[in-house]
Amino acid sequence: MNRVRAAGLHVTSAALVVLFLLPLLWTLYSSLTGREAGDSGTGNYRRLADYGSGLGTYLVNTTVVALVAVTVTVVATTLGGYAMARLAFPGRTLLFLVTLAILMVPYTTILVPLYILLGWLGLQNSLLGLGLVMAVLQLPFGLFMMRNSFEALPVELEEAALIDGCSIGGALRRVLLRGVLPGVVTVALFSFLAAWNEFVAPLIFLTDGEKFTLPVALFNLQSGSLGSVDFGALQAGVVVSALPCVAVFLVLQRYYVRGFTSGALKG
Amino acid sequence: MVSLLPPRVSAPETPAPAPRRRGSIARGRRRLGIAYAAPMAVLVAVFFVIPLGLMLWMSVSHWPLVGASHPNGVENYDALSDPLFLRAVWFTLKYTLVTTVVLSLVAFGLALLVQHDRRGTGFARTVFFLPSAVGLASTSLLFYGLFNTDSSALNHLVDFLGFGRVDWLGSGGNALGSAVGMITWRFAGFYMLILMTGLQSIDPALYEAARIDGANRWQILWRVTLPLLRPTLALAMVLSLTGSLLAFDQFFILTGGRHDTATVVIDIYREAFLSQDLGRAAAVSVATLAVLIVVNVAQLRLIRREGK
Repeated sequence: MNRVRAAGLHVTSAALVVLFLLPLLWTLYSSLTGREAGDSGTGNYRRLADYGSGLGTYLVNTTVVALVAVTVTVVATTLGGYAMARLAFPGRTLLFLVTLAILMVPYTTILVPLYILLGWLGLQNSLLGLGLVMAVLQLPFGLFMMRNSFEALPVELEEAALIDGCSIGGALRRVLLRGVLPGVVTVALFSFLAAWNEFVAPLIFLTDGEKFTLPVALFNLQSGSLGSVDFGALQAGVVVSALPCVAVFLVLQRYYVRGFTSGALKG
Repeated sequence: MVSLLPPRVSAPETPAPAPRRRGSIARGRRRLGIAYAAPMAVLVAVFFVIPLGLMLWMSVSHWPLVGASHPNGVENYDALSDPLFLRAVWFTLKYTLVTTVVLSLVAFGLALLVQHDRRGTGFARTVFFLPSAVGLASTSLLFYGLFNTDSSALNHLVDFLGFGRVDWLGSGGNALGSAVGMITWRFAGFYMLILMTGLQSIDPALYEAARIDGANRWQILWRVTLPLLRPTLALAMVLSLTGSLLAFDQFFILTGGRHDTATVVIDIYREAFLSQDLGRAAAVSVATLAVLIVVNVAQLRLIRREGK
């Protein structure tokens, strides 16, 4: 009976694994085959490379946004997380609560005022402005993660460094940063995935075709051509946009899972 | 995703390392604290607090996309009785209900399937989670291809099973079903992971005790697993509810809001950038936000009570 059950579980798992992989594998396969892909199989990718302002431009744009978002998130939450965990300063509780409130206010509802605000700051239609907005959306998770990481380090570690003559900043840089590195990687990973994949914010904030990020450019490829969508190029685009995320995720999987099990979700 | 924690603000007060000159050191640490928290405080103030205030102001102003604005009272809130908006609300609620139920069931099934460390479960977990690394917009474009090309794996499979040709996005009902299927594929692994952390925090001794008392699998599921998993299930439910109420990418890309599949956020987008009336868009945003905060607070209360 138990063996039958175990076999049943295995078959179910295997079938589900195939079902979950199928859409990804089919897209990869059909981006490389078919009449339009040509004999070498690169036809779809070559048409994609020449689409609009060129695939290269879109990739660079998306990378810039992701880099700004990751850098700003990591720097702001590492410093902020340390301050929250170890330094008493006026307004600490207020800042913590307001930052967490970002989660209570889904960002799609404040996109319209953000659009106006970015205009006032001269950051409308700007990759920097988009990157900053993406970073702010990651602050609650990042702050929580980094504060917990710093709290998990023994206070003695910092005290020893201070007694040895480090300044607080020096202790943070030379000693503590090493201890919270896993937390930093987790925050960077979440921030990268969110910024790379974001669709609605760049759709609203970026008006100039040369500034588009990859998801918006691919959406234009799908919706811009009335009636005849170039499915081959579209599938190639999906592969190009998904590949970095899948690769980064596979390499850094355990950091992703850490984000879930660190207590951030248990409450 | 951290929205549900009780805001613990319990940073330990570190004793100043050197007892001499304590006053000046404490002052130094306070100043350093302000300096270190400053970048975050500035970001939060500029990109979160000010936009929130601006949204309220815009919602009571005539604010065209291009041109000067002026206050106009509550006129913008007429947008809330617009039949297009009401249809969007109805569709969004329908979509939220179906997605949350389907997604919770599938994710729970997957979590039960892979919760124990057996041969191959690590691989299965990774595969189930993999779609969550792909962006929602990319996923929507991927499925747009799956639905709309005759030679796609999906259409082959359905044809092979004898259903013939299916028009996946051709009507409101079909598009709803197709989107729910796609969202389940994209998010099931994510919710599986959340539920798994809940399952793994249940003390195995409780299962043991239940078995010794003669409970069968079904009874254990209903009487032990589910009650103890309730806080985690509630958390997954809140995330799914909030996410679905704010759905945009999937319908904007799959149907463009045709066949009455416009969601509330698509309605906001239309008001702002097609009707070019940012004031009305802000009014709809304020209303949506108010509803979501009520929903979130209610669920938070529920979770906390259950957590005790």
